Amino acid sequence: MNAPPPPLAPTGRSQTAGDLLEVSMGPHHPSTHGVFRMNVVLDGETVVKLTPVFGYLHRNHEKIAEKNSYLGSIPYTDRLDYICSMTNNWAYVLSVEKLAGIAVPERAEYIRVIVGEMTRLFNHACLAGFLLQDMGALGTPLMYAFREREKILDLFEALSGSRMMCNYMRFGGCRCDLPEGWPEKAARIGAGFESFLDEFEALLTGNEILRARSEGVGVLPRELAVNSGVTGPGLRASGVNYDIRKVDKYGIYDRFKFRVPLGERGDVFDRYMVRILEMRESLMILNQALHDLPDGAIIDPKVRLRNLRPKAGEAYGRIESPKGELGFYLISDGGPIPYRYRVRPPSLINLTVLEDMCMGHTIADVVIILGSIDIVLGEVDR
Amino acid sequence: MKTLDQIFVLTQHWLTGLAPAALQPLVSMLLIIAALMAVFGTCFALTTILERKTLGRMQNRYGPNRVGPFGLLQPAADGIKMLTKEDIVPEAADKALHFLAPLALTAPVWLAFAVLPFGRNMSAIELDAGILFFFAIGSASELAVFMAGWSSQNKYSLLGAMRAIAQMISYEVPLVLASVPVLMAAGSLSLPEIVRAQSGYALGWIPRWNVLTPWGAAGFGVFLVAAAAESNRCPFDLPEGESELIAGFLTEYSGFKYALFFLGEYLGLFAVTGLGVTLFLGGWHAPATWLEWLPSWGWFGAKFSALIFLFIWMRATLPRLRLDQLLNFAWKFLVPLALIDLVAAAAWLKSGGWQFAWALETRWLLCATLLAPAYVCLGRHWRGGTPKPRRYHYAQ
Amino acid sequence: MLGLGILKGFMETGRNFCGSYYDPERLTTVQYPEERLEPQANARTIPFLIYDGSDPIGGLRCTACTICEQECPAHCIEIVKDTAKKPDYLGKMQLHPKVFDIDTAVCMECGICAEVCPFDSIKMDQVFERAGSHRRLTLHKDDLSKSNEYYNKIHPAEAAAVDAARAEEQKKAQARKAAAAVPATP
Repeated sequence: MNAPPPPLAPTGRSQTAGDLLEVSMGPHHPSTHGVFRMNVVLDGETVVKLTPVFGYLHRNHEKIAEKNSYLGSIPYTDRLDYICSMTNNWAYVLSVEKLAGIAVPERAEYIRVIVGEMTRLFNHACLAGFLLQDMGALGTPLMYAFREREKILDLFEALSGSRMMCNYMRFGGCRCDLPEGWPEKAARIGAGFESFLDEFEALLTGNEILRARSEGVGVLPRELAVNSGVTGPGLRASGVNYDIRKVDKYGIYDRFKFRVPLGERGDVFDRYMVRILEMRESLMILNQALHDLPDGAIIDPKVRLRNLRPKAGEAYGRIESPKGELGFYLISDGGPIPYRYRVRPPSLINLTVLEDMCMGHTIADVVIILGSIDIVLGEVDR
Repeated sequence: MKTLDQIFVLTQHWLTGLAPAALQPLVSMLLIIAALMAVFGTCFALTTILERKTLGRMQNRYGPNRVGPFGLLQPAADGIKMLTKEDIVPEAADKALHFLAPLALTAPVWLAFAVLPFGRNMSAIELDAGILFFFAIGSASELAVFMAGWSSQNKYSLLGAMRAIAQMISYEVPLVLASVPVLMAAGSLSLPEIVRAQSGYALGWIPRWNVLTPWGAAGFGVFLVAAAAESNRCPFDLPEGESELIAGFLTEYSGFKYALFFLGEYLGLFAVTGLGVTLFLGGWHAPATWLEWLPSWGWFGAKFSALIFLFIWMRATLPRLRLDQLLNFAWKFLVPLALIDLVAAAAWLKSGGWQFAWALETRWLLCATLLAPAYVCLGRHWRGGTPKPRRYHYAQ
Repeated sequence: MLGLGILKGFMETGRNFCGSYYDPERLTTVQYPEERLEPQANARTIPFLIYDGSDPIGGLRCTACTICEQECPAHCIEIVKDTAKKPDYLGKMQLHPKVFDIDTAVCMECGICAEVCPFDSIKMDQVFERAGSHRRLTLHKDDLSKSNEYYNKIHPAEAAAVDAARAEEQKKAQARKAAAAVPATP
């Protein structure tokens, strides 16, 4: 006999002691950027404890890659940070190139920089849009950001055949050459992006409500940022000058003139502003790369895409993805599949400081602090 | 023209005349109620669709345009959807309160329309203390929102209800304070009387609307902000706070109860907008003599629509405030400003008898010297001082 | 001063509101079933198999070499070889697939099968309106088989290059055959 289920405990009466209220934000919360959960203990509206819970989107990425050939993992990397597939491809092929000692033709390097910086452009634009959406600006900034993003995605579709799951880069170069008229179109869209940024900033950067909401909220102290391994715009907003494009000079980044904007306080507003300024620098890189784009082969013809068997060894390739340091660590035992495949996802590691940033702020701030970290759950949970 | 202006009043009189004499008061009353419900019910339907379309246009998209011509039947489709949806009541909820809350929100709001003058001779009842009645009715919605949040037994609902109480009580103060100068100027609490006081033209062409005086302009600003907050409109939609609290006090509502909340909120917005038109924008008066041939209710409607458009525009542009900032803004900015505005209004009214050459200009200057520094100072300090402008440096 | 930033924002949304009535840049929606974007030549969705000639099954280029089956990252392709051999366009005897299934529920449309196919037999389609009233997500040989003309229509540049290369190979093969045939006659 089945006993009737016990009556549900009324949710209003929490198990938490005293006057505290325990709220489970997510995984079905409108602004946790995916299936992410935060167990928040509130005193009134003030956060006294916050436990991030993730893993809802775990797809076994690393183990799948350890059963697939080196080529077969590239489309899976698209799905890590599904907003910026190009940079994910790049980080992965960079580590395979390191592992197997493959050189990349110059034209391919330029194309990588072009698509990588475009990815950074629309990732930052969308992040600013999402952040303001979380702040309650009902979709308008997000729609403007998406309008520009669509243009770049159209370019990506013309180039790689897919808008978001590009699967474009290969070890030793890129999969296919730029279509007719692509660089000109890219230059035009780059110029349009400049005016979009001006418009976007006019819309909200000076807005008193935005300033009031974001200044002094979610401060990430320098030391904490460095100690917990935060990378990307979040780290630079705290004033640490660390950009892998400058530190590693991977690819051909030493050829371009660009600056790294640094914040001072490391609050939400700094993280927002650093991204806006970074977009302007990205546009500079994009213009230089489009201007200098050489002719030539786009993939090393000697590279074996199928049955690549790097000699036994290990390699760690990392790039400055829009979200931070994206690294792939590969161990080869000489066989056609990697012995070990490990991702260093910037989203996950930047998320570790969430509780420190949220402590003492209100529940409304939690949402925008999470938004300003810029996470993609596909990358956090893998 | 006179007929067109009075067409609703005449129709009502004629229809009432058809009834037997004993029933006439009742019929007259029912006719007015039916007319108000029909007009503002339609207004609600139209506003939902036009709001979505306007928001869409501001966001580079079309907005709903699939149901009926230009999507105008969308509200009908939404209504059918809401009616046919399952009405879910949480097991732990306080069932009676949960059921009553949407009614408690919607019913009083209808009452508020009773005192608004929608045109010449077009106000359902001419209460001597009409504005007091309005504010008294208006504060009933706080109770309903709290009932909804409390009875849902949901943590988000509870947080939303807490926010709603704090917000609505705080913003009622500036709302009332901003209306006080108008009462001083009109010398009456009756809304038709206030409209009458705004008739005529200064210097022969500037309408004597309250908004065209220094204290009126400031008061109108305070009133608009407080009105947006009272009706839970963006940027003060904290009780719902979608990105923070799922849907705030509405989290556990579905189906027609949800639609009723929606209706109640929009009607509240209409009522307070109508009050704003009456108090500051000269009610049903035309802005110039040569435009007076248009019916008075048409002018009321035009001003009303313009204000609604402003609220929609606000919603498309502004992010939401945080609760503590919201309260700071009410108590540290709006309330002091409204109080100083009261002084300015007193100065303006007291100096009304001045006869010398630059009298009007001097009066403006007087009020401006009271209001402008106050605005700048309060604007700088409402959140504890303006932070220094940020400078970002670049590393090479 | 308080309010300036807010006013600037209002101007911006106002500009977009007015712009949406005359500037196509500010009203970017494509109203899908009625309006459609031009398909991009490179765009890809699920794979399909090319056949030459008029027989969709007999003319398949596929030789059941199973390279795509092995390389498919999602392992969504299943091939069973036929036992009989048939001559291909070069006159070589080749195997053919008895079964060629693609599980489109698993396929992630990455295009690696098309990339690794040495026979230019599997290519990427552009159909995206694949909703139907059935639940059949596994496509069989006869669903997947599409003509070379179709390939030429959706990927013109790529298909022309493939056709040219194949014609070249065919010419060489014939020349070789002829050269091989000449010394045999005397």
